[in-house]
Amino acid sequence: MNLYRAHVLVCGGTGCHSSNSDKIKEKMEDRIKEKGLENEVKVVMTGCFGLCESGPNVVVYPEGVFYSHVKLSDVDEIVDEHLLKGRVVKRLLFKEAVEENIIKSVNEVDFYKKQTRVALRNCGIIDPENIEEYIAYDGYQALARALTEMTRDEVIQLVKDSGLRGRGGAGFPTGLKWDFTKKASGDKKYVVCNADEGDPGAFMDRSILEGDPHSVLEAMTIAGYAVGSDQGYIYIRAEYPIAVKRLQIAINQAREYGLLGENILNSGFNFDIELRLGAGAFVCGEETALIESIEGKRGMPRNKPPFPANEGLWGKPTLINNVETYANIPVIFQRGVDWFRSIGTEKSPGTKVFALGGKIENTGLVEIPMGTTLRDIIYGIGGGIPKGKDFKAVQTGGPSGGCIPKEYLDTPVDYESLTKLGSIMGSGGMIVMDEDNCMVDIARFFLDFTVDESCGKCTACRIGTRRMLEILEKITSGKGEPGDIEKLEELANNIKDSALCGLGQTAPNPVVSTLKYFRDEYEAHVYEKRCPSGHCRRLVTFVIREDLCKGCGLCKRNCPNDAITGEVREAHVIDPEKCIKCGTCIEKCPFGAIEKR
Amino acid sequence: MKSIEELNKIRQEALAKMNLRTDEERIRIVVGMATCGISAGARPVLTAFLEEVSKRKLENVVVSQTGCIGLCKLEPIVEVYEPGKEKVTYIEMTPEKARRVVAQHIVNGNVVNEYTIGSYKSE
Repeated sequence: MNLYRAHVLVCGGTGCHSSNSDKIKEKMEDRIKEKGLENEVKVVMTGCFGLCESGPNVVVYPEGVFYSHVKLSDVDEIVDEHLLKGRVVKRLLFKEAVEENIIKSVNEVDFYKKQTRVALRNCGIIDPENIEEYIAYDGYQALARALTEMTRDEVIQLVKDSGLRGRGGAGFPTGLKWDFTKKASGDKKYVVCNADEGDPGAFMDRSILEGDPHSVLEAMTIAGYAVGSDQGYIYIRAEYPIAVKRLQIAINQAREYGLLGENILNSGFNFDIELRLGAGAFVCGEETALIESIEGKRGMPRNKPPFPANEGLWGKPTLINNVETYANIPVIFQRGVDWFRSIGTEKSPGTKVFALGGKIENTGLVEIPMGTTLRDIIYGIGGGIPKGKDFKAVQTGGPSGGCIPKEYLDTPVDYESLTKLGSIMGSGGMIVMDEDNCMVDIARFFLDFTVDESCGKCTACRIGTRRMLEILEKITSGKGEPGDIEKLEELANNIKDSALCGLGQTAPNPVVSTLKYFRDEYEAHVYEKRCPSGHCRRLVTFVIREDLCKGCGLCKRNCPNDAITGEVREAHVIDPEKCIKCGTCIEKCPFGAIEKR
Repeated sequence: MKSIEELNKIRQEALAKMNLRTDEERIRIVVGMATCGISAGARPVLTAFLEEVSKRKLENVVVSQTGCIGLCKLEPIVEVYEPGKEKVTYIEMTPEKARRVVAQHIVNGNVVNEYTIGSYKSE
């Protein structure tokens, strides 16, 4: 056995990968060899660290030194200075990792210190392409225990007792789902993992699959044992090439080690898992549409009931859980129900992973105990709003969710309280908006997405959402008429009541919630032909304030459409007919004399 | 793999290779690796520590390096940090001395007094 004195962990999640972290790893290894350190220092490519905004990220252990924004050209310096001579390269440290000249370890940085990583416990720590590293961190112990010490009913009882709820969005009790599938009669049963993550800006499941694929395989095998299935499928979108590759490697390794396949751990239990790639239709995240797609048909939802637990894949009882739900299972077995219930709230135990995006300092992936307030997530971990702007709202739950305004920042995040506010937990997208965002336009953006993704099976969704989008487009382009807002409300209610599946039923949510909290913005657009945030270009005019303009001519020279006239040292004027509202003049004006009205 | 025993064996072996990546408190052996240290022969000393720690499967020990601490004439200098104890500084180290430090100090808890900076007598 070769013992290394240092481990260099390079993030290999999609975020860092797209900024060349794979090349950084190669170059690091080359340089280490050149310096003769290859028997002392090991380089490992891991899954996502979560702080995607500061990628590519590199952590050096045993010190836990956290480098961010590492470039290829920085590699030699890290090797020569840090790994060879033991001098930390301060200029490359993560911004918060140096305080009054004291270097903090990666786990002491605010972003990580305030998190509780359960589903992401191994992400950014182990090499996802090496099953032994997963096993080292207690991997497959839960499966071994379930197969050798527990009956199927005991397994299900444990999941029930843990209080784990579906992390895909709706929050259905996981143990109950397992129980239904076990009790359903059928000679053949299936276990499916829903990895069709589709909310714009959400990447929780991708990071788990890229960083810790075995946790999902182990959990699915336990589920297979509990419900009486010998075949699992992971339905994952083809747009996640790294996750697909690592999952396939993980499946092959598990088979090689006898942890998938026939007679697992000599228990007589057989189970295997195959991948099914989706083409990226949002509706295929809906479980019945997902089943249709696995069967090789066009992805369209079925009527419920019958539920998949009774009639799912090929008409057989099928258990479907989300990636993050599965990722929680092995650790619940290892550390026990009491431990799991000690995190989070009474009704929503455990943690939830969120993808923080939009107008926020630390864009990335965070995992927090249920019941943490929105304020703690956005300001404590997320680092607040950039450029000192004012927080306006946070959107949770993607196209099925809603916007939550400032007044409710102290709301604890759990399934019930988010639903009460007109939003949903959803799969974990969290998009932060500041004063520059127009709420009507946000609603329009999400409707535009659902209209695109509607499968067209039911009229309510196919035609209803399109009509809503048309009205929203009319309002944001300044052609709104009295009665439009009321029409939106009526349509929203009808679609909610009559659409076939979850996609349609929740599609109006972004409109309903913005109407609830920001009705004044809608009214300003319709009745005053004004966009309060200055975002909707057709409703804004650019004006030069005579009292502030010094007549320097900078705006005039930079205007791409020659819309500005004026003599030197005299106030300039914008011709609204010619102005294309590009905002260049505002950027260029040294005196802040140009305003949007 | 057909048994839990085999699974546990893989777990133990793999864990030993990964135990650097935790926050637990461990004994740290720090070798001075600035120009002065390297030219005085610090690299073979460091390698000897690594070999010995690995051979004895010591899981709570980390071997690391540092820069010059200013006593260049006494290099190679090695410092041993044990949680809750005072730091011990060894001077003029060699691979042989390194092996003895691991056996006597790290494993058995007896500081090798004759190698420490305290026993140094200037000529």
